[in-house]
Amino acid sequence: MVLQGLFLYFALMILGTGILGITQKNPVKSLLWILLTFVHLGGLYLLLNAEFLAVVQIIVYAGAILVMFLFVIFLLDLKEEEKGEVFLKSWQLRVWAILLLVFFLVIGGLNYKIFYQGPYTIEFIEKEGHSKALGLVLFSDYVYPLILLGFILLVPLIGIGIMLFGRKTNGSS
Amino acid sequence: MVPLSWYLIVSFCLFGIGLVGFLIRRNLIMLLLSIEIMLNAVNLSLVALGHYLQDIRPQVIALFIIGCAAGAVAVGLILLVITYRNKATLKVDEFNLLRED
Repeated sequence: MVLQGLFLYFALMILGTGILGITQKNPVKSLLWILLTFVHLGGLYLLLNAEFLAVVQIIVYAGAILVMFLFVIFLLDLKEEEKGEVFLKSWQLRVWAILLLVFFLVIGGLNYKIFYQGPYTIEFIEKEGHSKALGLVLFSDYVYPLILLGFILLVPLIGIGIMLFGRKTNGSS
Repeated sequence: MVPLSWYLIVSFCLFGIGLVGFLIRRNLIMLLLSIEIMLNAVNLSLVALGHYLQDIRPQVIALFIIGCAAGAVAVGLILLVITYRNKATLKVDEFNLLRED
């Protein structure tokens, strides 16, 4: 009962702050609403016994990625951008089409049957510790994808250097 | 005990919110932010399925998604800054470089 109440709180906060976030006119306000969405997603991960992912969600998403967005918004001086329409033309049709898609997805989710029971039960994770269980899988079975992820995170660094310093400025900038 | 379908419904609704934000907003920053919402919805679906199927590999995939999202956001934001310097606007319906007329 307590779990269901917590779940309903997190779910309603996620959906409400998400809708508020994409409809705000000011990008800074909408970014702060979406930050609240991501923090509540971390709470939902805690309910799913994924405490390492919950901490990573709050540190990396809410702490690093969204703050990077915030710095770019501060860098750009978007006073002129806030004038005019918030949404594109003919946005009603797109909203209805996506509502239809979500309707079919929800029907699919309601009809989903659990078909497989893996070895990582709650008792096993409680005995081992979630970080240890996750780390053992991450550094044994998935070590090559992990190295590849390191290279993927190296590529934006090189790209930023090429695009910013190798570009001819036309004096205005 | 919370059933699995509740988590799936929340995940799908959040994905729909991100897709709506991607398709209807005019600001390029909001488009990138909506992509982040969609990635988070997929992460929630992965972790919920991993918990109910008693496996830990979906959480590893969720970690990889978080890492790739960080790289993608860095590239997207630098393209956004360069676009703003060249065009002096961020409204997506005013980008007409590839239009014929």
